[in-house]
Amino acid sequence: MTTRLPEVEVVLVGFGWTAAIMGHELASAGLKVLALERGPWRETVPQFATTHVQDELRYAVRHALFEKPARETLTFRNSPDQAALPMRHLGSFFPAAGVGGAGVHWNGQTWRFLPTDFRIRTHTEQRYGKRFIPEGMTIQDWGVTYDDLEPCYDRFEYLCGISGQAGNVQGTVQPGGNPFEGPRARGYPLPPLARSFGTVKFDAAAREAGFRPFPCPAANTSQAYRNPLGVQMGVCTFCGYCEWFACGNYSKSSPQTTILPVLLQNPNFSYRTECDVTRVLVDKAAKRATGVVYVDGQGREIEQPAQLVILCAFAQHNVHLMLLSGIGTPYDPQAGTGVIGRNYAYQITSSVDVFQDDITNPYMGAGALGQAIDEFNGDNFDHGPEGFVGGGYIALWTTGGRPILQQADVPEGTPKWGAEWKRARAENYQRVLKIATHGSVMSYRDAYLDLDPTYRDVYGNPLLRMTFDFHDNEHRMSRFLTDKAALIAHEMRPRSIKKNYRDGHYSIVPYQTTHNTGGAAMGDDPKTSAVNRYLQSWDVPNVFVLGSSVFPQNAGYNPTGTVGALAFWAADAIKQRYRPNPGPLVEA
Amino acid sequence: MGLNRRAWLRRAAGWGCAPLVAACSPPRPLGNPDPDAAPIARPVVDIGYRFLRPAEVAFVDAAVSRLIPADELGPGAAEAGVTVFIDRQLDGAYGKAVDWYMQAPFGHGSEQQGYQLPARPAELYRAAIRGIDDHCRGTFGNRVFARLDAHEQDALLHALEDGDSDVPAAHGKSFFKMLWQNTQEGYFADPMYGGNRGFAGWRLVGFPGPRYNYVAEIRQWGQPYGEPPVGVLGRDWRRRQPGMT
Repeated sequence: MTTRLPEVEVVLVGFGWTAAIMGHELASAGLKVLALERGPWRETVPQFATTHVQDELRYAVRHALFEKPARETLTFRNSPDQAALPMRHLGSFFPAAGVGGAGVHWNGQTWRFLPTDFRIRTHTEQRYGKRFIPEGMTIQDWGVTYDDLEPCYDRFEYLCGISGQAGNVQGTVQPGGNPFEGPRARGYPLPPLARSFGTVKFDAAAREAGFRPFPCPAANTSQAYRNPLGVQMGVCTFCGYCEWFACGNYSKSSPQTTILPVLLQNPNFSYRTECDVTRVLVDKAAKRATGVVYVDGQGREIEQPAQLVILCAFAQHNVHLMLLSGIGTPYDPQAGTGVIGRNYAYQITSSVDVFQDDITNPYMGAGALGQAIDEFNGDNFDHGPEGFVGGGYIALWTTGGRPILQQADVPEGTPKWGAEWKRARAENYQRVLKIATHGSVMSYRDAYLDLDPTYRDVYGNPLLRMTFDFHDNEHRMSRFLTDKAALIAHEMRPRSIKKNYRDGHYSIVPYQTTHNTGGAAMGDDPKTSAVNRYLQSWDVPNVFVLGSSVFPQNAGYNPTGTVGALAFWAADAIKQRYRPNPGPLVEA
Repeated sequence: MGLNRRAWLRRAAGWGCAPLVAACSPPRPLGNPDPDAAPIARPVVDIGYRFLRPAEVAFVDAAVSRLIPADELGPGAAEAGVTVFIDRQLDGAYGKAVDWYMQAPFGHGSEQQGYQLPARPAELYRAAIRGIDDHCRGTFGNRVFARLDAHEQDALLHALEDGDSDVPAAHGKSFFKMLWQNTQEGYFADPMYGGNRGFAGWRLVGFPGPRYNYVAEIRQWGQPYGEPPVGVLGRDWRRRQPGMT
């Protein structure tokens, strides 16, 4: 029996980065907002205390902060002719459960996408011709431009207290920054982090190789910071436990460290934890949402009516909810029709291990302490001779030296276990440097999300089914990036290097990145996008969809900067456009 | 497709129908106490074994001693307590696959689709060790794995790793992968979990343990850090805990 509660103005599904931003923006504008989070309450004290959070086994290996596949997972296959099977334990990516979402356990690598990323189809066709885009690649323009989002990027960066060196302020290239970035109105709020020995060596080697390295923008504070909401952060101490851990030091930007202390005092805002939303309720014509249904911590089914429903869950969960709720037309890969589930994408990563002789103290690190080059990202270089679309950055990150999973690389030819392996680990833990490549993944007709016909979640709902593989375009692009990374590796004058190309089929098993995107793409055309340029559902105008689920394809940068910017962008649209005149903000 | 858990368990090691780990229970309601919310993991009291039986202890001791042997560089996995670590992991949430999606049907997927066996880690250990020891008795003159010499043990571990069908143990390749992963976990995890005793793993590589502040040291490029390892519970917590060794 379903309990029906009194209506609220706005319900947010999930309580991570996007819900915290949206909650603050809308509650501050006078709307009554309720956030529903499937996971537990989490706060810096006591859950993240440094007296216990620096535990690699519990957090990085046993996944204490992440969603539990026993409750919710997806099925996976590489191609539509395979039978999908469940992801029985986490592997390739780590969605969070709990207040703060993945904003609790991220590294803090906070980038802007390039101006050309937002108009990739138009730009690629103009520069290289229509035939440059291969058959089956379904990339599209976003419907927003970099210039639209610039003030929103700025707000997110100042909310977080990003440490970095601007590369382009109002069109003037700045020394020491990323010369390829889009123009920004002003510099970062904090100077770059102190450098680790690894990043110093990378910087010198990259210059030797003829590139222009710069410090990576970091949501780890290089100095104490007070953000525009008045929330204070402490300086990062380089403890080396960022990614997959929560920060106990108030020095990694998260909803907890930047918004919640203010938001939770706002009488217009409330939240409920351990409330798992299973449906968005829509009227008979599927034109208007009337609220959501969730299962609470006692297993009771609750109906929460709402005037406006904003999906702020992790990328594929937003799509899952839309498919289960009948919002929009499900994508049909055979016919090429429908939009919900269309254009799922990911990122393609590779690395070059550099075995050199200096002691690097890798455990002194921070999640976004890195040095990068951007010569081969986006369309920063001539793709004509290469024949592929996309690119990525090449970076050396010093995120930590946690010894189960980090600094475990040994030179080529080392046995996989036994005495020689032991000796190689002893010799190389302090000395191996890893240069990473972080490549874009385009969208394709045969990469999509739909409902699984066989497997069900804990509530009896069909699991989401992911059909995804790397395509030739991405393999060639990633190989290109890896070879460029090797040029920098050689300049470090190493004993040896090891190139770890990302070849073959995509695998759900080894961790790669939690940069899952798409499935509810944004755009200008309701035939190819699930939401319009304001992140509003074309079909159900009182539903908005946030997060990387709206990316029409993925870029060669970590997504959180863009996810945060889009949250401000959508919040502005709701406050300034939707609220005075509820209805479609763009005519279909 | 369609192999169910019970059938797998029977086939794996001829157990009849008594699974050794409690049958699948539905995930707990969201409102129940969250074990992840506990402020600190309970340190392992390393007296006796909770899951592994004596023959299994002998197997794990012998196997992890080949994977990470004791030598002039320092203690091996067995000396560092990795068998105790594995025992406690198998006895806990990991061994029971509490967080894993274990609903049928269990299909045979591609390598890219990952683990698809109906066995939880504790069940896989039990079945595989029994299968390997049975194979050893038949092949090596009634000697179990722990009684083989080092060369024979290495050859057998390689055969498991390679999925060599001459070893009719239950899913040897999956088992080897799990055993090797768990061995490294135990050797390098915080000592409060029973392995990495005396910080053996951390001393081997030069990891000083979880520390709070490197603000001054991070700029001392190329200089050794020099401080001895410390764990989440400090350096000499075993002496402070009743019942600790």
